[in-house]
Amino acid sequence: METAPKPGGSVPPKKGRLPAMRKKPRRYWEEEATSPAAGPPRKKTRTLEPGPTRRKSANGPKPRNQRKPGGRKAAQRRKPEQTLSGAQDPFPGPAPARVDAARKFCRIDRSEKLPRAKRKTRSKLEAAEAQEEEASARAARSELLLAEEPGFLEGEDGEDTAKILQTDIVEAVDIASAAKHFDLNLRQFGPYRLNYSRTGRHLALGGHRGHVAALDWVTKKLMCEINVMEAVRDIQFLHSEALFAVAQNRWLYIYDNQGIELHCIRRCDRVTQLEFLPFHFLLATASETGFLTYLDVSVGKIVTALNARAGRLSVMAQNPYNAVIHLGHSNGTVSLWSPAMKEPLAKILCHRGGVRAVAVDSTGTYMATSGLDHQLKIFDLRGTFQPLSARTLPQGAGHLAFSQRGLLAAGVGDVVNIWAGQGKASPPSLEQPYLTHRLSGHVHGLQFCPFEDVLGVGHSGGITSMLVPGAAEPNFDGLENNPYRSRKQRQEWEVKALLEKVPAELICLDPRALAQVDVVTLEQQKKERIERLGYDPDAKAAFQPKPKQKGRSSTASLVKRKKKVMDQEHRDKVRQSLEQKQQQQKQEKAKPTGVRPSALDRFIQVY
Amino acid sequence: MKVKMLSRNPDNYVRETKLDIQRVPRNYDPTLHPFEVPREYVRALNATKLERVFAKPFLASLDGHRDGVNCLAKHPKSLATVLSGACDGEVKIWNLTERKCIRTIQAHEGFVRGICTRFCGTSFFTVGDDKTVKQWKMNGPGYGEEEEPLHTILGKTVYTGIDHHWKDPAFATCGQQVDIWDEQRTSPVSSMNWGFDSISSVKFNPIETFLLGSCASDRNIVLYDMRQATPLKKVILDMRTNTICWNPMEAFIFTAANEDYNLYTFDMRALDAPVMVHMDHVSAVLDVDYSPTGKEFVSASFDKSIRIFPVDKSQSREVYHTKRMQHVICVKWTSDSKYIMCGSDEMNIRLWKANASEKLGVLTSREKSANDYNQKLKEKFQHHPHVKRIARHRHLPKSIYSQIQEQRIMKEARRRKEMNRRKHSKPGSVPIVSERKKHVVAVVK
Repeated sequence: METAPKPGGSVPPKKGRLPAMRKKPRRYWEEEATSPAAGPPRKKTRTLEPGPTRRKSANGPKPRNQRKPGGRKAAQRRKPEQTLSGAQDPFPGPAPARVDAARKFCRIDRSEKLPRAKRKTRSKLEAAEAQEEEASARAARSELLLAEEPGFLEGEDGEDTAKILQTDIVEAVDIASAAKHFDLNLRQFGPYRLNYSRTGRHLALGGHRGHVAALDWVTKKLMCEINVMEAVRDIQFLHSEALFAVAQNRWLYIYDNQGIELHCIRRCDRVTQLEFLPFHFLLATASETGFLTYLDVSVGKIVTALNARAGRLSVMAQNPYNAVIHLGHSNGTVSLWSPAMKEPLAKILCHRGGVRAVAVDSTGTYMATSGLDHQLKIFDLRGTFQPLSARTLPQGAGHLAFSQRGLLAAGVGDVVNIWAGQGKASPPSLEQPYLTHRLSGHVHGLQFCPFEDVLGVGHSGGITSMLVPGAAEPNFDGLENNPYRSRKQRQEWEVKALLEKVPAELICLDPRALAQVDVVTLEQQKKERIERLGYDPDAKAAFQPKPKQKGRSSTASLVKRKKKVMDQEHRDKVRQSLEQKQQQQKQEKAKPTGVRPSALDRFIQVY
Repeated sequence: MKVKMLSRNPDNYVRETKLDIQRVPRNYDPTLHPFEVPREYVRALNATKLERVFAKPFLASLDGHRDGVNCLAKHPKSLATVLSGACDGEVKIWNLTERKCIRTIQAHEGFVRGICTRFCGTSFFTVGDDKTVKQWKMNGPGYGEEEEPLHTILGKTVYTGIDHHWKDPAFATCGQQVDIWDEQRTSPVSSMNWGFDSISSVKFNPIETFLLGSCASDRNIVLYDMRQATPLKKVILDMRTNTICWNPMEAFIFTAANEDYNLYTFDMRALDAPVMVHMDHVSAVLDVDYSPTGKEFVSASFDKSIRIFPVDKSQSREVYHTKRMQHVICVKWTSDSKYIMCGSDEMNIRLWKANASEKLGVLTSREKSANDYNQKLKEKFQHHPHVKRIARHRHLPKSIYSQIQEQRIMKEARRRKEMNRRKHSKPGSVPIVSERKKHVVAVVK
């Protein structure tokens, strides 16, 4: 490895020497990026580190942001400059950011053209884009300051990590981590559903026979424990750990962290599944009666009740990227819902039988579904909703969950399988499980704990907290979800969160659509304006030749000049249309011809 | 087997003692901050609402005049001092920090038509209906001395306005003609005249200090160069211009306050069409003054309101009115660009904030950064209909509101008539004239 020259101690370069002769100084991560072999030796087949040589799978979709910031231009800028004293800046130019980090923060798609606009507006748009790009570049550079590294689990040569038992992991890790693995033996009131609070500190569990408890699972301190003397279908923390909602046999109830019943919501009856949308303060409930109801928990009003018209609803998941609710139906479709629309935003036919479980990953890119046909499929949610990979499981998965770093857990009978992908923004590969674990009862609820390498499993024998190294995001944001926050900090966060509660009408498939130029409305407005005024105020005026010096401004010459300009414009138009045509032809030609056309092609039926 | 679990040391995340501030580790990963745009939008909406909540622009009313306030002048050196002349010939000097009158002079018989300070701030000039120009000391007379002007010039005709040169000991008056005076002499250095009408105001250009502009009651604005004996050029508008004001940052830009309810910003190099027509007032505009930044100006109108316009916008961004304020005759933007003063018919001078929702006094750094952030958000989402509606909403007195409606109907009718005429006549015979070109009658050089 080459070390960077020290700025102070280096000898000034000789006069005759060309600056090009000097070796370009390198940063240590550049070294890594160029030669993957030079990295630490623990780069094996199934690591969870986002390796610098990461490749997208060939059938995978292209990332939304293909452009690599700091490309050719940045390289040109980085030529060392010579100062008067002869000293050289060993690291000229702005500090480069790692490419994958930069891609993560990139918000602007440069391949999309800006809408047609006047010059002033256009320059404003461009300036805004440049600013945004600068901001994301800076954010990417600050990635260096993150304190924690994600966990990992690697087998020795040829060892299958799926065969590693939880007890082995518990023995191998430090005491603090080992304490995160525990089993709650609650055979009496099982099977259990469970839910972690958004900071990952608190755990709420609800047994089907009425046992409801909330605890700080890190310190193992019980906050409340009650028996509601009624079947509990689902349990869900609201925005903070102080409140949780319980879907009971008849109605929906809200309790506080001391187990005191605060509300009984009778308009949500026979609820089977609960989801909480934290930024909208909406509690989405799916019921046996086939209604998807959104309850605004900040004001206590029902925002909308949507009739899915698909019978009993028992499979629900939320997309954390855009707060769209995914419902799985018995006819094998998954429908996507927003409270702003009476009809589903999309319907995806996923399975031949009914859908048993749905989960969406934290970037909102991938959806995993499992159906009665024993298939487990991963779908791409960007645009086309195509399946990326599928796998048949012997029994079929009844519960699915994604972790923050993209691990997929599936509850298959009394076994939990976990699959991992290549880092954070890639789909889990379904060939080989990353971890498996057999429980003492059938799985009834699954959730990865946020910001901890822990998977909580509720089953008929109680609750199991599994250790899954590499599952969670290591670095939390203190202003968003802080596991170590004090009471004061929580109160402050609550006020701020309530102040910026996003209205329910803004839920749509693309949450960034609000920041884009609304071209359709603009054009409509322009059309109306032209109709109202009777002429187009922005239209280019016809060319009017200016009167020239004495003697040269005869009518004939004026007409001639006018004609000249008109002809020029005409020629430009023709040239443009020709170029367009040529480009189209080129594109058609460039299309892959595939197999050579054969005479038998005529028998292929085109539907 | 190699394994590493995520295991955080709480000491790194929790403050050591209660006296420390809380530790807040940050991670800017977009997946940890979902709904970036909708949340920013909600913040922008909240910021816009708060701006309207805190919009309390009225600061103080300075009373003491015994007749309508006819003219105002800023002190060039002291932010706290302001001079005002009333319709009964009285001149008052005010201290704005104490909001008190510190000196009263009975300067003229009849109106004080114009008042201006010398660039050094040691003396000021007034003109009145009694055909005199008087120079006064800024400091009051010593003990036992009488209140007397330094110089008095008795002219032949009534002077209607005065302005002092920005660097030299010269000043200009207007009336029947524009006179340029040397401070040391009792007769004008030069007199310039173009047409035979009374000239209502004269203003020196603050950058190109030899240039001056005037407006006369025969609807024209005339530009002069002090070094020449004859005027430069003039532009004739539809109706009479009451006063003009030069942009203190761009030498060639000036704004004219017109009787036809509009203000016109002209580029003096191309007078055939104004750069911008500012139209929001519903009665004659009586006075205009630029902010020292040159980005905005304030206008006073006969419709009992004052409005603030950005230079490049045709609509005003702000309107100020109170129940008791009558026809506003004169207006000034203070030199720190934070306040606006206006003098009106009912004998009061009012002090306003230039930025209605601004918090006065020293801001803490957190307040400042929150303010900046909100400003940026408002700018980013300004075109969204909800944000725009809240930001634009102003309460107006019923008289102004109904007049706006009335004028909108009239304008619509005119437009419809023209459209119909165009529809039923030979193509091209009824040309489309833009709003900017409509109001300029002619340019004469």
